[in-house]
Amino acid sequence: MHIYTDDAVKNFSIMAVFWAVVGLLVGVIISSQLIWPELNLGLPWTSFGRLRPLHTNAVIFAFGGSTLFATSYYVVQRTCQTKLFAPFLANFTFWGWQLVIVLAAITLPMGYTSGKEYAELEWPIDILIAIIWICYAIVFFGTISKRKIKHIYVANWFFGAFIIAVALLHIVNSAAIPAGFFKSYSVYAGVQDAMVQWWYGHNAVGFFLTAGFLGIMYYFVPKQANRPIYSYSLSIVHFWALIFTYMWAGPHHLHYTALPDWTQSLGMVFSLILLAPSWGGMINGVMTLSGAWDKLKTDPILRFLIVSLSFYGMSTFEGPMMSIKTVNALSHYTEWTIGHVHSGALGWVGLISMGALYCLIPKLYGQKNMYSTKLIEIHFWMATIGIVFYIAALWIAGVMEGLMWREIDPSDGTLAYTFAESVKAKTPFYIARLFGGVLYLGGMLIMFWNVIKTIQNKRLIESKIPELN
Amino acid sequence: MSDKKKFTHEKIETNNFLMIILIFIVILFAGIVEIIPLYFQKNMLQPVKGLKPYKPLELIGRSIYVREGCYTCHSQMIRPFRAETLRYGHYSLAGEFVYDHPFQWGSKRTGPDLARVGKKYSNNWHQIHLTNPRDVVPESIMPAYPWLNDTSASDGSIKNKMKALKMIGVPYSEEEIQNSPDALIDKTEMDALISYLQSLGIHVR
Repeated sequence: MHIYTDDAVKNFSIMAVFWAVVGLLVGVIISSQLIWPELNLGLPWTSFGRLRPLHTNAVIFAFGGSTLFATSYYVVQRTCQTKLFAPFLANFTFWGWQLVIVLAAITLPMGYTSGKEYAELEWPIDILIAIIWICYAIVFFGTISKRKIKHIYVANWFFGAFIIAVALLHIVNSAAIPAGFFKSYSVYAGVQDAMVQWWYGHNAVGFFLTAGFLGIMYYFVPKQANRPIYSYSLSIVHFWALIFTYMWAGPHHLHYTALPDWTQSLGMVFSLILLAPSWGGMINGVMTLSGAWDKLKTDPILRFLIVSLSFYGMSTFEGPMMSIKTVNALSHYTEWTIGHVHSGALGWVGLISMGALYCLIPKLYGQKNMYSTKLIEIHFWMATIGIVFYIAALWIAGVMEGLMWREIDPSDGTLAYTFAESVKAKTPFYIARLFGGVLYLGGMLIMFWNVIKTIQNKRLIESKIPELN
Repeated sequence: MSDKKKFTHEKIETNNFLMIILIFIVILFAGIVEIIPLYFQKNMLQPVKGLKPYKPLELIGRSIYVREGCYTCHSQMIRPFRAETLRYGHYSLAGEFVYDHPFQWGSKRTGPDLARVGKKYSNNWHQIHLTNPRDVVPESIMPAYPWLNDTSASDGSIKNKMKALKMIGVPYSEEEIQNSPDALIDKTEMDALISYLQSLGIHVR
């Protein structure tokens, strides 16, 4: 009998939910430290500078990564109607990836870091990541090459581009010379290091957090809505445009720095162009629902998926706006950037992952539905309201501090505010942000409980590969 | 062109290998155009006048700066705006960072920019501030780092650190590397971090 190989899919799905709880909890802790700086309890391991990389690594690579592994292994089998290629390698990627996460959770609080944002892990872990990633590519593309269907489905284009680009970015940006077992120096210096880092950093967003999750969108939205994708041609055009354009946009993280002007301008132009392919994806996802809008009323999972696309559209509009140099002059270095990142991370990546996992987990454990649909509904509202509090608070705080920093006293031409005054003015907004974050974490805890109850009911199930004639 | 020979996307989406190759080519352009020229632009490579590689104590201090994740809250990059140069001093130049592996420009100012903090405050001020920031800045939300006063700057790593940096182009002499442990005798991590901070941005005024 032909059955899909879903061991790694199951394991990654459960761990995705677990790591989401952990990553969000660390986020709540560090956002509290910005209100009460004594909250590190006088310990080096819990100070903001060490926990912030732990937070970003846990949510991006542990939660986001596990979700991507789970969904891509699931989707590539269903859309190719074949088993995974080299299932032992898929299991190796699971255990290897969990090992990387545990090593990160130990080494980052100890202060072992390469000091490059979103690429903090030291060289031995970087090598392990590269090995796991190559195995991931072998399993994924191996499965595609033994497909029973002539065409490679669009979701797999996106997953494929994500896997290839992340390998390239990781290897180039992590190039470093070791000076000890857990200390290394980037081979690039100064301006060149900055450019390589943000070429990497922006495309960690573009490929890890966008292309990969668009792969999820292209399978789970049509599946849950029971409708075909809105436009095949649009998916072709926006796919190639998206992966080409994203790669250029990195320099907008370095506006008005010592990076040459021509590079900054290039980054800005491509960031503006990027609006089109980004919205192409959003339109293709949302319009898939045309003619079936009423399903949003009854199906909270579909609501997760569609609202995530709205946040995707919103943050991919906000991003190009912030890449305009005059806007960036105000927004850069402020809380606005943090708000922007979280409207993408909590709104787009978070909600689409939750929607996909709610689809996936009951299927993997032989259930028709999750244990409680009511709890999914509650989760949806807690998450959505949490995001709104979070981003609204940081918009206000960011614009306010940006204006305070640049305000000149008209009577004598000196600065109107000290830096400390701008710090003090942000406290109420930090509290509102914390409230939003706690709501979002609370929703995730409800999901965690719902998932445990669902898998406790499990019946043994193996999903069969449909017979083709 | 006849309909038969016309190239359609079907060619790509039915061929795994072609898909992989095309994706790889498409994503390669940007990095080549944006990164490689930076190695041929003279003012991106030339140190500003007076800039020397970090001295041993400063280098240990920089490792502590990286270890504690100071870059998560402090930038080291002054932009060329009036309000910014009024607050922090002359805007930053590429030549000030040619020995910075990795760069520490940062992306967020939860605290103020530090690109030209060198010589702005006394060593004593820094020590009080790092031991408990709220003793000198009541509004501060920075974590306190009292343990830096008790830990030694000398952990036996300095020679390896300088050798590694030399391999990637930082011009340390053999003699400087051999003598480096002497500079750390009786120094604490607090001394090291302060000496790093005092070295920042002092060559451009």
